[in-house]
This record gives sequence, structure tokens and C-alpha cells, in this order.
Amino acid sequence: MSADSAPAVQEPDQPIAHTAPPGLVALFLAFARMSLAGFGGVLVFARHAIVDQHRWMTADEFNETFALCHFLPGPNIVNLSMVFGSRLRGIAGGVAAFTGLLLPPTLIMTVLAMIYARFGDVEVLRRILAGISCAAVGLLIAVVFRMMTPLFKRMDAVALILMLGVFVAIGVLRLPLQAVLLVAIPVSIGVTYLMWRKAA
Amino acid sequence: MNSENPIWALISTFGLMSLFAVGGAAAAVPEMHRIAVEVHHWMTEKQFADAYAIAQLSPGPNVLIVTLIGYAVAGISGALAATLAMCLPTALLAYYVSRLLNRPSQSRWPGLIQAALVPLSIGLMAASALILAQSTDRSFVALLLTATVAAIASVSRINPLWLLLAGGLLGFAGIV
Repeated sequence: MSADSAPAVQEPDQPIAHTAPPGLVALFLAFARMSLAGFGGVLVFARHAIVDQHRWMTADEFNETFALCHFLPGPNIVNLSMVFGSRLRGIAGGVAAFTGLLLPPTLIMTVLAMIYARFGDVEVLRRILAGISCAAVGLLIAVVFRMMTPLFKRMDAVALILMLGVFVAIGVLRLPLQAVLLVAIPVSIGVTYLMWRKAA
Repeated sequence: MNSENPIWALISTFGLMSLFAVGGAAAAVPEMHRIAVEVHHWMTEKQFADAYAIAQLSPGPNVLIVTLIGYAVAGISGALAATLAMCLPTALLAYYVSRLLNRPSQSRWPGLIQAALVPLSIGLMAASALILAQSTDRSFVALLLTATVAAIASVSRINPLWLLLAGGLLGFAGIV
């Protein structure tokens, strides 16, 4: 058995069993909805919908799948739609989620591009957008907190230190991403390997 | 401007870029700027800055700035071509890699690698939040709004859209 033990009390946002896998139309609609709600980034809404609302994955499963998408090239959330969709429903599920995520906002962006080509900038619009972006940053911070919760619950000191190291290197010191990852990934894999061997 | 079809230029440019965009869409923005403004002169400096703002604040993934660049180059077909070129190749790559890692095997490596990536991933997102906050929260009221939204979203299950609408209203009223 794995080292994970079942929690004594079932947390509301970390169900042990998930609901049945959704159908293709449900996947398309769910990703279309989270995409259209996703002002200033879709991740916030994706996590809310997949973990909290539909309970298709646990918080830990979401973190692991997201981490994989984060370290592959390309737009994370787009990768995530394909990977999540196919984990739940095979390649057809991946395509349904991918199309749901991209089709509606692409149409909207095309319309916005047409509008922008006609009317340059309107002052009131810029003020509204400024308010929205403040709130969007707040939502991102909340997602980071929620993703950290499983690590805190396990009192996973090594993971928390690695997390803090990447945060300081990229966010505070503004070191180049590739250089940071070139160091952080081997270190994290090495340390995790040692921990797992000790636990086994 | 040469006589070659600009659609092909969009597809080859963004198709290749997506495979090198390690760290997500935000990491690719400087390269998009270099190609769209400096190399191909598809957009002016101001048009690119506006496109970035629109993409940040519109529904959908932020990577859809490529839709706006594509539209500026070749209209509606350019918008669709740029979007697919940027999104499809890496999505397929992600699909195959995730299948590879999920294949049942005796090896513990796939699970170990995924577990090792989680803290780095959270650290990167926290860094993005800090960098975005520094460019957005330039007044005390703006900072307060961000902190309030972060607190409410952390402790409640309110639909995030309501919080964004509230932010938009405060902006409209000239408070933020």
C-alpha cells in the first residue's frame, strides 16, 4: 500500500471518491463555461469547476495533473483541457474539452479584434478593466493558497521549501525561468526519490 | 511584404513557438512581441500592448493574444489559424506524455516525477501572482481590492465571476 493514509474527517473540498465520469457534451459545456468565466486566466475557474463543483478530481489529483501541464511547453490551461478531458473520457473527451475551452473565447476575441480595429480606446472601458484585473490577481492568490493546502496538511516541509525557493527565485529575484528550472527540477526529483525510499 | 500567403507565416511561427514556450503563455509573450512587432512588423508597439491588455482581460486563456495578432495579419482566417497553431501541437504532446506517465507499470518513476513537480508548479504560480500584483496594484485601494478578493475566494465557494464583476463596478465608479 502507499504511504498515504485516509484522512479521519472527509474535507468538503477533498472528496475521497469522485462522481462518475462526465459525458462528452458535459465536458464540452463545462470547459466552455469555465473558459467564458475565466477573465484574466482560466485556471482559477478550472480548479473551481473540476475540484469543487463537479468533483471530477481530488485536490491532489488536480495538482499533479496541473504540474505536468505546467512543465510541458505551450499554454498550460490548453494542455490541461486535453489531458483532463482524456483522463476522464479518452481522446474524444480530450478533444471535447479542448474545443469547449477554445472555441467560444476565440470567437469572442475575433469580434473584439474587429471592434478594436474600429474604435481605439475608450476611457470608461479602461477603468472597468483596471478594476477587473485587480480582482483577477486576488483570485489567482486564492488558487495558490488552495493548491498549497494539501502540502500543509501533510506537513511536507521539503515540498514547502522547494515551493518557496522557486517563488523567491522567479518572483523576487526575477531569475530566468529556464535557469531556475534546470536547477529546481533535478533537485526536487532527487529529494522526492530519497524521501520515498526512506518511507518505503 | 512578399507575395507568400501570410497564413503560412502565422502557422509556422506560432506552431514552432508553442513547442518552445516552456513555462506557459506568459513566458511566450516577449517572444511574441519580438516576432510580431520587430521581425514581421505585423503590429505597432501600441497595438501589441493593447492586444496584451485585451487578452488578459477577456474571457478565455490568456494565450488568445495570438488570435488578436492573427486577426491583425490576415483577418478572421488569420485569427483562427494563429489560435490553432499555438494550441493544438502542444495539447497533443501533453496528451501523449500524460498517457505515457499513466501507463500501468512496475516503475514508480512517473508518480515520483509528478509528485516532485507539484511544489515547483505552485511556486511558479505564486511568483506570477506577485509579478501581476506589482503591475496591477499600484494604489492602496487597488491593493486592498486584491487582498479582499483573495480572502473571500479563499474561505468561500462564491462563483469567482461575481468578484470580477464587483471589481469592474468599482473601476467603473472610479474608486479603484
